[in-house]
Amino acid sequence: MRLTKSIEEIRADFPILSTKAHGKPLIYLDNGATTQKPLQVINLMDELYRTTNANVHRGVHYLSDRVSERYEAARETVRAYINAGATEEIIFTSGTTASINTVAFSFGERYIHEGDEIIISGMEHHANIVPWQMLCERKRAKLKVIPFSDEGVLDLEAYRSLLTERTRIVAVTHVSNVLGTINPVKEIVAEAHRHGIPVLVDGAQSIQHGFVDVRDIDCDFYVFSGHKVYGPNGIGVLYGKADMLNELPPCQGGGDMVANVTFEKTTYNVIPFKFEAGTTNFTGAIGLAAALDYLSALGREAVACREQSLLARATAGLSAIEGIRIYGTTPHKVSVISFLPGTIHQYDTGMILDKMGIAVRTGTHCAQPLMERYGISGTVRASIAFYNTEEEIEALVKGVRKVTEMFA
Amino acid sequence: MNINEIQDQIIDEFGQFGDWMERYEYLIDLGRSLGPFDERHKTPEYLIEGCQSKVWLYPSFENGIITFSAESDALITRGIVALLIRVFSGHTPAEIVDANIYFIEKIGLRENLSPTRSNGLLAMVKQMRLYALAYKAKQEHS
Repeated sequence: MRLTKSIEEIRADFPILSTKAHGKPLIYLDNGATTQKPLQVINLMDELYRTTNANVHRGVHYLSDRVSERYEAARETVRAYINAGATEEIIFTSGTTASINTVAFSFGERYIHEGDEIIISGMEHHANIVPWQMLCERKRAKLKVIPFSDEGVLDLEAYRSLLTERTRIVAVTHVSNVLGTINPVKEIVAEAHRHGIPVLVDGAQSIQHGFVDVRDIDCDFYVFSGHKVYGPNGIGVLYGKADMLNELPPCQGGGDMVANVTFEKTTYNVIPFKFEAGTTNFTGAIGLAAALDYLSALGREAVACREQSLLARATAGLSAIEGIRIYGTTPHKVSVISFLPGTIHQYDTGMILDKMGIAVRTGTHCAQPLMERYGISGTVRASIAFYNTEEEIEALVKGVRKVTEMFA
Repeated sequence: MNINEIQDQIIDEFGQFGDWMERYEYLIDLGRSLGPFDERHKTPEYLIEGCQSKVWLYPSFENGIITFSAESDALITRGIVALLIRVFSGHTPAEIVDANIYFIEKIGLRENLSPTRSNGLLAMVKQMRLYALAYKAKQEHS
């Protein structure tokens, strides 16, 4: 599986990659936090503000029509990309966090009562923990957690035993942002569905790696952020099965989400608009579609393939360093590698790598319960994208070696 | 030495280093040589918020002089803390409250630290000043 462009051509698409950091060529390995944007997205956003800016779904005028058309076309692009069944199942939000909060609120209002149970996993990002905790507090419901092994693999046996007649929803991450583990979401969904329980899949860390098919997974909700998939900030997606979305009350009230408003009674618009109160980030949505188009043109499988090859190189290189501990060692993972070089603190490691121009993330990665599970205060995380090079991976390995020498 | 003389001495020391690597190696050495910290003071009360690494700062006040001891789980942070202790420890509350801290920028630490990281550094300075303020108020009221 080959990319349709050479690595040089690809890197030329991402102007920020030629940045110098502390006088050295930037080596950007913090793609799990946010991804860089190709010119195809940057130029489009620029063009939109120059030529096609008006409020969507509001006006009768030329510009409003143009931008509404493009906004709805973006919705269709997202639908096709994740293989959803219908365009109205795609709701634009401000990001993964907003998407999860929307479901936690709307689903919670409709279906959660005192004593009910919600299942999440032990490797969730705070964004897929806290909204459910808040819901549990509001409704006096219980949060249950699927444990995972030292390798970073969910314990499906334990998961099955957590499913009870009080379970109302399961919310799990597709890919762990710390460990890189690709969770068997299809199996998790099938198991929940056998009990008639819906499942939300957090796709924040899977969407950028090429392999998402919501109909194949059969999840009831799938959420992700634009900025993690080479698109703009402040745009995200909530995919929900139409039957489910139709049943849920809206989360926010405002313009565009209503059919008819009187002071006595308001009726709501149909999906997806019911969940898109106020002026949405339509430029962001159109930019996100451009990012997805970029990946499709590059070859989604080829993107995943290249990242796997870079991951293998990074894993081999880092593993050869004495005393290094890698967190997340299942072979079924994305190009995210969390580690600690011996007893050296993640902050010390990150500081020195930064001085070498290497951008990694350090800390708990918004997953404090996961850190607690391993009994550590954080990790260094290198998250690799297809635009990274073999040389950059070598530089990372060399950099970490240097760190171990400095702190020896 | 007064606070400014100590700051100038630190600036001189860092001025001898050719590149960032030497500066950080020196910080690491300072971190290693940071004095022992009483484990009993490793409590939330003495933990400083706003740092990527954990920092505990413990003040003591005797004969009108404040002495700080500190601990961190990261070595570079320990080095930075060691510098702050060198500057602030052993002075009166009034001297600490009135001090103008300029060495951090002069030795290129602030410019090399991202905002969140320097928040940690600034949080340490702020905490030391707060302790000094509290002791000063105590002095004035006794």
